[in-house]
Order: sequence, then C-alpha cells, then structure tokens
Amino acid sequence: MDLVQTFFKWEVLVRTFPMLVQGLGMTIALGFLSILLGLIGGLGLALLRLYGPKPLRFLTIAYIDVFRSLPVLVWLVIVYYALPFVGITLSPFAAACTALTMISSAYAAEIYRAGIEAVPRGQFEAAQSIGLSQYRVMCDVVLPQAIRLIIPPLTSNCINVMKDTALASVVAMPDLLKQATQAQALAANPTPLIGAALLYLVVLLPLVRLVGLLEKRFAQGRA
Amino acid sequence: MIEPTQPVSQAPSAAFDRQAAAARRTLISLKGVNKHYGDFHALKNIDLEVAEGEVVAILGPSGSGKSTLIRCINHLEAYSAGDIYVDGTRVQPGPELIEVRKGVGMVFQSFNLFPNMTVLENVTLGPIRVRGRSPGAAQARAKELLEKVGIAEQMYKYPSALSGGQQQRVGIARALANEPRVLLFDEPTSALDPEMVGEVLDVIKTLAGTGVTMLLVTHEMGFARHVADRVIFMEAGQIVEEGAPEQIFSAPQEDRTRAFFQSVLAH
Repeated sequence: MDLVQTFFKWEVLVRTFPMLVQGLGMTIALGFLSILLGLIGGLGLALLRLYGPKPLRFLTIAYIDVFRSLPVLVWLVIVYYALPFVGITLSPFAAACTALTMISSAYAAEIYRAGIEAVPRGQFEAAQSIGLSQYRVMCDVVLPQAIRLIIPPLTSNCINVMKDTALASVVAMPDLLKQATQAQALAANPTPLIGAALLYLVVLLPLVRLVGLLEKRFAQGRA
Repeated sequence: MIEPTQPVSQAPSAAFDRQAAAARRTLISLKGVNKHYGDFHALKNIDLEVAEGEVVAILGPSGSGKSTLIRCINHLEAYSAGDIYVDGTRVQPGPELIEVRKGVGMVFQSFNLFPNMTVLENVTLGPIRVRGRSPGAAQARAKELLEKVGIAEQMYKYPSALSGGQQQRVGIARALANEPRVLLFDEPTSALDPEMVGEVLDVIKTLAGTGVTMLLVTHEMGFARHVADRVIFMEAGQIVEEGAPEQIFSAPQEDRTRAFFQSVLAH
C-alpha cells in the first residue's frame, strides 16, 4: 500500500501528466531528427570510408573511431558547455541533436560498411559490366541489397539513439526525463519518474520487439 | 588463317567489298598487356587481335590467366602495362570506360543476376539506365530476348526462383539487352549442374551465328571446337598457341598444348 502511495500516486500522475507528455514530444522530436540525420550522415561516412580519396578516407576512419569511443554524455557536455568559449552557442535542443547525430552517424557508418562489404563482388562486377556509373551501381544494385542485410542492426542503433536522448536533460533540455525530474521536485513525490519510465517503454518496447521480428524474417529469407 | 576465303575469290561488287572489309575490321586489340597480382605475374606480354564478328575460344588450365585476360577487356581488372583497345577506344579508367562497357556484354560463371530485381528488371536495367531507352521500349526488347533464350514465362520471377541453367540464360539476355558488339563469356557453364550445360551452350551456339563478336573462356572442349573460328591456348599467363580449331585440336604444335589436351581428354 505504502509502496503504491510512494511510487504510483494517481493524483500526482494525473496532475503532472501534461508535463510528461510535453517532454515526450521533445524526446521524440529530438530522437527522430537525430536518427534521420545519423542515418544520412552514416551513409555518407561509410561511402567516404570505402571509396573516398585516400586522405579523406583516413580522416573518416579517424572520425568514426573517435566518435565510437567517446561517451555520448562527455561529447554532449563539450558541445553545450565548451563550444560557447569559441563563440559557438547552441540551444539545448541543437546541442543535443548535434552531439547525438555525430555519434550515431559514426555507428551507422560501420553498419552500412558491413552491409556494403557483405554484397558479393560479382554484384559490383555485373553492374559495372553493363556500363552503370559508380553512382548507379550503388543506388540500383549494391545499396538495396546492403540495406536489406542491415535493417536489424540499423534499427537497433536507432533504439540506442532514442534512449540516449535522455542525456539531453543534462543540458537543460525539457525532454521527458527533465520534465519528470522537475515534476518530481514540484510534487515532492517520485511518481512522475515512474510515469516517464513507462512512457519510454511505450515508445521503445515495440521497437525492440520489431528488431526481433526483423532478425527472424531476414534469417528465414536468406535460408 | 581466320579470314573467310570465299569473298576474295568471288566477283566483288562495291557493296560486297565494304561488307568484307567490315567483317575483317579489328574490334579488340591487346598489345603487350601485362598484369600482376602482387608478385604473381598473371598475364605476360599478351598480344591479341579479334576481328569483328569473330568467335574466339580461350582454353587452358585453371590459373593460366584466361579469365583475367577477358576481364581486362572491360576493365573489371586493371592491367599493369600495355594497351587494350575496343573499337578504337583505349580501355582505361575515366568517362570513356562507360562507353566501352556499353558495347561489351559479359556473362559470368556465377551468373551474378541482381537478386533484388525480377528477371525482367535485370534485363531492362542496362537499356534504361545506360542506353537511355524508355521503360516501354526496354521491356519490349527484353521480352523478345527472354523469348529467344526461352525464359519468357519466368520474367516476373526473382532469380532465386530459377534453376542455374535458367539464371545463366537470363544472364545472357541481360548482356545482350545493351546491344553489345562484343560478348565476353567467363566460363559460362562451369557452375552449372551437368544436365543444364546443354541448354546454355545451345543459346551461345545460336548467338555465334548472329555476327556478334565473342570471346569465350570455357572448359567445354567439344563446344569450343564446334563453335569457335579461332582457338587460343593459354598457360602460365601466356598465349602458347592459337589457330583454327581443327588445327589446335588435331595437330597442336606445342608440347604444352598436347599435354593439356591429353590430361583433359584422357577421362
């Protein structure tokens, strides 16, 4: 009984729910934009890493390795608190989006690369032999096959980005977690935190399930 | 040794002369071509000229450089030294390479059909993207070609639903769809189950009569003898011997050629 009164006080939840929903909207907007930019940036990085001119290739490898090693939180704090010293001041949303995109595109790049490398050499050769340009070889033949292979790990990466949006609360962005901690302080009760956790689950559990289904489907498709 | 003899002896009209001249025109020429894979010298000073309309079979033990040779012609392999010209254009990286490849179709040992496209899409991709044909025109032409190779009923299926022999026939149709002047065959029947070899060879044989220039790397000795105008025997990256099929098969001049035929035909 006490436990329910402490962690799941209905009146508190009802009172703070609008705040939480606002936060959820922010979280989804930030997650969606970072995922989208990360997917586009990742593809660009992967292509540069595989086919770019040598110096650019090494720069890309360095970028990918650095941003896969750097903790998201550390990079986010640097972008938000350190960049103003060199005259770059970003809003909390812009800072969070920049940091998340830069890191998620590094991960996505490695996934794309694995996918492109998994397409048999003969596919490239057949496409080249009919006279397709490099661009067409990629768009018409290689990427459709590569992306099919990497949909499960790519989706997994998207889930990670969505979860990492919670770090944005550190730079005072009113995302779901930030709103929940503020509501908790106002109500002097932790129920909003539980509410926030449940909202994260509502968004992310289906995605996690989806990855499982996709993996199963693609495993069958290749057998 | 490969020129047809009758045109010269016949009473020549002006039109006929032009035709004969065109038939003898060199379409592919390799001069001093060398290819290295690291320390391995895969092609050694290859000189070769192929006339328009000629069917050339390339024989030899595996690892002798046969496949490498034809793969250099459309620059799927870069060669380290020498010159290769297709219809007067040097084969080298750059914008002209696309032009060369438009005119040079290739059929692969492992088919290499695009698994993400239907049979029809496989055959129309080149004409639409490379030749700039309208989808309608490309499809009409593709259907004709698929009819010719006997796969018309399967054109809406994906390659994975086809047998090896059917896939290779689609591979041939795909190469033909670009209206090439040269067809390169890289061991087109080596990956096939024995019962499917015949259907593919039949298609190739039909093509050999249509005037398209063909270079054929194969282990099918009987087929090479029957269909080729000229046979080339390669070993260790060199052209050891070449000549008319009858001469190469029944009276090879070189010991290495004889040894090869003995080992192949002994079974």
